[in-house]
Amino acid sequence: MRLFLAQSLWSDFQKSFLDKDRWLMYLDGLKMTLLLALVGTVVGIILGLLVALIKYSYSTRKKNKPWLTLLNWLANLYTTVIRGTPVVVQLLILFSLSFMPNGVLASFIGFGVNSGAYVAEVFRSGINSIDMGQMEAGRSLGLSSRATMRYIILPQAIKNILPALFNEFIALVKETSVAGYIAVNDLTKVADRIKGITFVNLPLYIVALMYLCIVYLLTLIQKRIEVRYSRSDRN
Amino acid sequence: MIEIKQLCKSYGKLRVLNQISEGIERGEKVAVIGPSGSGKSTFLRCLNLLEKPDSGEIWFNGKNITAADVDTDQVRQHMGMVFQHFNLFPHLTIRQNITLAPVKLKKQSQAEADEQATQLLARIGLTDKADTYPNMLSGGQKQRVAIIRALAMNPEVMLFDEPTSALDPEMIGEVLDLIREVADSGMTMVIVTHEMKFAREVASRVLFMDEGKIKEQNDPARLFDSPQNQRLQEFLSKVL
Repeated sequence: MRLFLAQSLWSDFQKSFLDKDRWLMYLDGLKMTLLLALVGTVVGIILGLLVALIKYSYSTRKKNKPWLTLLNWLANLYTTVIRGTPVVVQLLILFSLSFMPNGVLASFIGFGVNSGAYVAEVFRSGINSIDMGQMEAGRSLGLSSRATMRYIILPQAIKNILPALFNEFIALVKETSVAGYIAVNDLTKVADRIKGITFVNLPLYIVALMYLCIVYLLTLIQKRIEVRYSRSDRN
Repeated sequence: MIEIKQLCKSYGKLRVLNQISEGIERGEKVAVIGPSGSGKSTFLRCLNLLEKPDSGEIWFNGKNITAADVDTDQVRQHMGMVFQHFNLFPHLTIRQNITLAPVKLKKQSQAEADEQATQLLARIGLTDKADTYPNMLSGGQKQRVAIIRALAMNPEVMLFDEPTSALDPEMIGEVLDLIREVADSGMTMVIVTHEMKFAREVASRVLFMDEGKIKEQNDPARLFDSPQNQRLQEFLSKVL
């Protein structure tokens, strides 16, 4: 009985991994998944920083210029809509736009825009965590608010939120598994396709294990970064 | 040098500064004393516009700096400020703390600023700390670095906001010594302080603030020895 199970598992593995060099497909899927997560995070960080800066400058001034009020309104609309709708729906809508050439580009934009809405909150809390005295010290030396933000506040804020940004990347690695909805060959889609060809369920377990390994590895890296930072903070 | 006209500032319903008019001449060392909540820190912070006055004018070197079209950053480059909690930049080394503003504002090249930082650090005996971070310094050392950081911009006036209030008692002396040295160099200074002995010794004039007004002012000897205002008498009897 045990021998039979082992034999059938081996034959499933052959079908889903070794036959016709199918392992190359997993590799391509893995590359796509990591690429989506990476691009999504980078775009998300840029958008998130932009939105956080808009909200911050709006909240610190008593009287605001009309264009800043408009930008702040747009920023709020952006975070509300993106955080209030499922990412799959956002991707499907993006993919349905007539000028969208392919699913990969739609995914780059979709995951970036989606992640930006969450990263904005991370940046905002990071900026707010810096003591008001830092801004005052910078301004008292004659630096503009922009220069103080750039050279004094942001470097400290980013250091504080680096673990949270890394979390966003880890979350995105898993979240990109819905990219198959718009015909992107990510890891999950590859597993689904191989399952369809070979009629065995093993590919799903294989990719589950691959996701687990990546996330575990990234978590290890994250812990190391945190340890290093907490060390430099100590007196 | 600084002319304050009818300065008013409120937080909500609380009137912190009530129609203050005052002048500060070049080279003067003005100490501001008074009970907590009397508005002395707000008064000082209005001078370099960290607080925006509700009404009234402040003139600095013949220019109305409370006017709408004034470049506030430009004004502040000529006014150094030292805070109660030092506010050093924790992510920068001591040298970078000192050189950041002069270099970014294109007052000096990095090399010139480094050279000046070295000289300033030698002056306070902290040359060996140049490349360490603020968290390696004691409170007194941090405040002395904060003072030379402000001096590195070559300001025309220095504003001190309770510079020794956050310090352990044994570190107050070294900070006061440096402030005294800056005073002796001829710098115009405004100091909000609770150190009455120091105010008496260093200040050329003392302002007593209470309830958002300057209730009495005089040279230190007369103000401390023969106070006229009743609130000042009460205040001095408690703190001296």
